[in-house]
Amino acid sequence: MLHIKCPHCGMRSQNEFSYGGDATVKRPELGKEVSDQDWDNFVYNRKSLRGKHWELWQHISGCRQWIKVERDTSTHEIFNTLKATEEIS
Amino acid sequence: MQKYSIFNLVKNAFSNHDNWDLAWKDPTPKKEYDVVIIGGGGHGLATAYYLAKEHNITNVAIIEKGWIGGGNVGRNTTIIRSNYMYDDNALFSEFGMDLWRKMSQDLNYNVMFSPRGIINLAHSDAQMNVYARRGNSMRLNGIDAVLLNREQVKEIIPMADFSDNVRFPIFGGLMQPSAGTARHDAVAWGYARQADSMGVDIIQNCEVIGFDVSGGKINGVRTSRGDIKAKKIGLCVAGSTNILAEKLNMTLPIETHLLQACVSEPVKPVLDRVVTFGAGHFYISQSDKGEMVMGGDLDGYNSYAQRGNLPTLQHVLTEGIAMMPFLSKLKMLRTWGGIMDMSMDGSPIIDKTHIEGLYLNCGWCYGGFKATPASGWTFAHTIAQDRVHELNSGYSLNRFSTGHLLDEKGLGTKTWIS
Ligand SMILES: Cc1cc2nc3c(=O)[nH]c(=O)nc-3n(C[C@H](O)[C@H](O)[C@H](O)COP(=O)(O)OP(=O)(O)OC[C@H]3O[C@@H](n4cnc5c(N)ncnc54)[C@H](O)[C@@H]3O)c2cc1C
Ligand SMILES: [Zn+2]
Repeated sequence: MLHIKCPHCGMRSQNEFSYGGDATVKRPELGKEVSDQDWDNFVYNRKSLRGKHWELWQHISGCRQWIKVERDTSTHEIFNTLKATEEIS
Repeated sequence: MQKYSIFNLVKNAFSNHDNWDLAWKDPTPKKEYDVVIIGGGGHGLATAYYLAKEHNITNVAIIEKGWIGGGNVGRNTTIIRSNYMYDDNALFSEFGMDLWRKMSQDLNYNVMFSPRGIINLAHSDAQMNVYARRGNSMRLNGIDAVLLNREQVKEIIPMADFSDNVRFPIFGGLMQPSAGTARHDAVAWGYARQADSMGVDIIQNCEVIGFDVSGGKINGVRTSRGDIKAKKIGLCVAGSTNILAEKLNMTLPIETHLLQACVSEPVKPVLDRVVTFGAGHFYISQSDKGEMVMGGDLDGYNSYAQRGNLPTLQHVLTEGIAMMPFLSKLKMLRTWGGIMDMSMDGSPIIDKTHIEGLYLNCGWCYGGFKATPASGWTFAHTIAQDRVHELNSGYSLNRFSTGHLLDEKGLGTKTWIS
């Protein structure tokens, strides 16, 4: 069982959260010329690496906020959590 | 190679079975091969076998970082089926069903193929309509499909919950009678033994750690046991695809996730089909040893852990008990997990790449075991002829750019997010 520290609510069990995937993926900017490749990268292509991974989770059974979590994808160790609006440094 | 036969069994009994040949050798890697296959899972082994058998290419090495059969080919729940609606999936899988039916003879190895039939349960009128449509599509492609009503399902699986006060009553189901199961380890071992006998080098405990690419062409691999040259290289590493793709500067429409399965203590024969729950994600069959073999959803977040988390298991088994209440009385014997190459539309990729001589086989999601023979056969063709076969033409890498997705379940992208 993962324990995730919601920046709004504190430490909660994984059961309260749902997963939202890679947090580093950026939607192509509005109003700009966007190539097919850019859309592909946004919609489909993922690095999905072993090791440290910034990802989105939603505290669905809590404050319902989206948050960013830095987790190791092979040990499940969680290093850091941020509010959705906070930038990954 | 010694043939496995009743005659040889009796003959070897006289020498206490001490004189059987090794099933495959343990060669030291050569400096160069015509083809190198990375990954000694079911798909890599089958690819090497069909390269030798169908294309006469025998100067081939399979490079496996652990031991053959230690990956998902030895971790799956062995369901074999071709109950797909889309032509690309249906024709590919049904071609595979033919290979399954012949496999034990073909490999001279008993893979215990057991075409016991699979039933997908329906729990609403709408779901019955969807199954009728899928069944009709299957039949148009020459695949057997039978739509069962509630009474017919009850006759086949009376132990399911047919009482009046259930949350998801059973309305009926779609059955593919020719679907079934097989012994997964035997599939890996059978392909390995035959490939080895035709000259393929099976190199275990050898990890690919990099690639030699120049001028848009592949020249070889770097491994933990030295460099190996080859003009053609096939990537068959399932759940490790993203790791090797990164070394090739490729970003693929694949995420790596964990899938668990479990078996109960062995019990007397109770279930002689494969059954899936239609109101969630749970499936079950009974092994020859009597264990109830069960599985369902992914853990739900990117993972390379190769072992799972209890919340998912609890969720999956809750569905199982809703479907077949007697399961609550059984003790759990074993649980395990495998890391899965989840593609963005739920269908696999068997294709060439932008690097000349580099071929890609991945994206198997929940269903790569059943695909083992067809995947090996078509991948061998793609590598040997340097062009895709009609059967795997739908499994192209660029379908994500062109929009020709094969989202069989109509779930669109990120099918694992529920
Ligand atoms: C719990 C579970 C249940 C499943 N149930 C079913 C089912 O019922 N029906 C079905 O059809 N499918 C099922 N699957 C899916 C199926 O098992 C896989 O899709 C399929 O086995 C993948 O192909 P493979 O056999 O070649 O993979 P694997 O056996 O995983 O082979 C890949 C190999 O590559 C090796 N490798 C990785 N990286 C390197 C490297 N750098 N260098 C050298 N070697 C490397 C690995 O060690 C591994 O042996 C299930 C999977 C799991 C985990
Ligand atoms: Zn919260």
